[in-house]
Amino acid sequence: MSALPNKKARRVALFVTCLVDLFRPSVGFAAVKLLEEAGCTVEVPPLQVCCGQPAYNSGDRATTRAIAAQVIEAFEGYDAVVAPSGSCGGMLSHHYPGLFDDDPAMKARAENLAGRSYELMAFLVDVLGVTKVAARYDGVVTYHDSCSGLRELGVKEQPRQLLGSVQGLRLSEMTSPEVCCGFGGTFCVKYPEISNAMVGEKSSDIASAGAGTLLAGDLGCLMNMAGKLQREGSAVKVRHVAEVLADMGGLAAIGEPESR
Amino acid sequence: MQSTAHDFKDNAHAALADANLQDSLAKLKVGFSERRRQAAERLPEFEALRDRARDIKNHTLANLDFYLEEFERKVLALGGHVHWAPTAADARQIITDLCRSMNARTVAKSKSMVSEEIGLNDHLEQLGIAPIETDLGEYIIQLRHEPPSHIIAPAVHLTKDQVADTFHEAHSKLGFTKRLTERNDLVAEARYVLRQKFLDADVGLTGANFLVAETGSSMLVTNEGNADLSNTLPRMHIVLASIEKVIPTLEDAAVLLRVLARSATGQESSAYTTLNTGPKRPDDLDGPEHYHVVILDNGRSSVLGTEMQDMLRCIRCGACMNHCPVYGAIGGHAYGWVYPGPIGAVLTPQLLGVEEASNLPNASTFCGRCESVCPVRIPLPRLMRHWREREFERHLTPRAVRQGLALWSFVARRPRLYKALTGLANRMLALFGRADGRYGTLPLAGGWTRFRDFPAPQQGGTFHAQWKQRRP
Repeated sequence: MSALPNKKARRVALFVTCLVDLFRPSVGFAAVKLLEEAGCTVEVPPLQVCCGQPAYNSGDRATTRAIAAQVIEAFEGYDAVVAPSGSCGGMLSHHYPGLFDDDPAMKARAENLAGRSYELMAFLVDVLGVTKVAARYDGVVTYHDSCSGLRELGVKEQPRQLLGSVQGLRLSEMTSPEVCCGFGGTFCVKYPEISNAMVGEKSSDIASAGAGTLLAGDLGCLMNMAGKLQREGSAVKVRHVAEVLADMGGLAAIGEPESR
Repeated sequence: MQSTAHDFKDNAHAALADANLQDSLAKLKVGFSERRRQAAERLPEFEALRDRARDIKNHTLANLDFYLEEFERKVLALGGHVHWAPTAADARQIITDLCRSMNARTVAKSKSMVSEEIGLNDHLEQLGIAPIETDLGEYIIQLRHEPPSHIIAPAVHLTKDQVADTFHEAHSKLGFTKRLTERNDLVAEARYVLRQKFLDADVGLTGANFLVAETGSSMLVTNEGNADLSNTLPRMHIVLASIEKVIPTLEDAAVLLRVLARSATGQESSAYTTLNTGPKRPDDLDGPEHYHVVILDNGRSSVLGTEMQDMLRCIRCGACMNHCPVYGAIGGHAYGWVYPGPIGAVLTPQLLGVEEASNLPNASTFCGRCESVCPVRIPLPRLMRHWREREFERHLTPRAVRQGLALWSFVARRPRLYKALTGLANRMLALFGRADGRYGTLPLAGGWTRFRDFPAPQQGGTFHAQWKQRRP
């Protein structure tokens, strides 16, 4: 336990995200582990669903508002709300308040939530001051900067700093780690050919990094890249960065069968 | 030009299969963004200048009527003329009348996206007036009868070999029978051919990067100097510009110029920056006898004061398309009209209607790279989302998307039902995907599995189910 000096225990709510809930619970447990090791008390509000991005990005503002109101309600009262995703974290911290411009009471609540909402890496490093983790991962990894985390929330150095403390791990950068992987939520099924061209380019860049493992902080992007790499027959393993930082790098990678 | 924006998906499909185009795009993607990055890094105050540029444009848009009238007063005082064109048809008619007043047979044109917007070339040709594009890229695509694929690099979709073929075919009849292969030789030949056309032209038509209200000047930047020949040699100079090109002062122009070239090509400034301030004065050695400015609205003023107003800050540098991964995958022609890339995805629905251009604001991952490089900080993803909202309100969103969304929304608003259904989905997908860890095909997920495997969930239930067991 590496409890930080001068930091009182925080009551943190985990925003699990729908993809982690449905496809890769280990990312949620990794997040819990990292937060608890940093001295937080972690709770998981049971009535959380999705952040509303599928509706928001499809232009359905009414549904988005209804879902946002639900999330605001479910996460009231916690010191911080943390998501293992820059995309969902950004939705809470950057987009919710704008949904309630015509409703001052709800806007105030949305702004309150926005002010306490964080992406996991940024929360660990920028808020809690975590500088290292107790983890081992033998091999060369490359890191993809997911768009919302990078450009909305400024998540860039934080994961790299923490990865630098993982024993046995060496980071090898892609040429363009900041270029979108082509996931884009519903984009990847609405414009599959364009999305495929984008993720194909990303997979070439991943290959050029010469790493055995690809990491990122957003499960949507990870599933997209893993699916493409596997379709191409690549041996690169794909994991969420939180798993490696929480010393859970031994789990079957995304899209790999679990040994029984 | 005729829009094919409604065929965006088919256009994109064709673009992805076009090997020449993909070759050209591969070079563009790296070149422009790297040069812009270096230029921005070399100027410590670059980010602060972007703020000032945004503020200048916002101030101007908030007082647009004032600055446009101020500009008009100054032009009139200089002996020039200002024509207000509410629509594209009005602008075409004004220009036609001006050309006829000079008995013009040829018009030397320097690059103007607004002239593409109003379909000027086709219109003039139908009337027997030959428009000659003098920007090298525009000249190439004019010979090929193609629209521009980029707002500052109109022929960027072509390879050098394609240009060599085009020149060989077009210039053979002028006596240049050798097929050239070197870049410099191609430029020299075009320069030679174009020089005579400048001398023959009765009217020179240019766009404008800025209209300076303080002085009544129109300002143009080029790297080829062609605009300077278009506006000094012919007897009449017509400037065609849209209303949002006006800015208050020369000092404001200096700020905008500093971000414009750096954002566009990574240059500190373009090779030529020209101010045209009225017609030739008695003591001037050269210059046009007649100076006319045609100012086009074409629906822009209806954006003022709305949530979409920010689009009018655009200074047409092209940085958004240079950094857009979607543009980088499919190029400019796929967007189907004059303005491609992120700014096209925002402007085209405004100028042509959201029905025609409904795909454009949807074909974005909202990666935000465009906004992160825009010199006037236009929130392009937000504006694209506004278009999606308008489409949704007007029931233009495809039925399959609406139905899927309605179903998802019904479930997502009922957390307990959601939990039951995701629990079920999780178990099914985990069970049948257990052996391989992933799916090669999956019902209802063809868009995904056509190109990618679909990862199966981990065994053991959803996160929430597991959490409940572990921490009751």
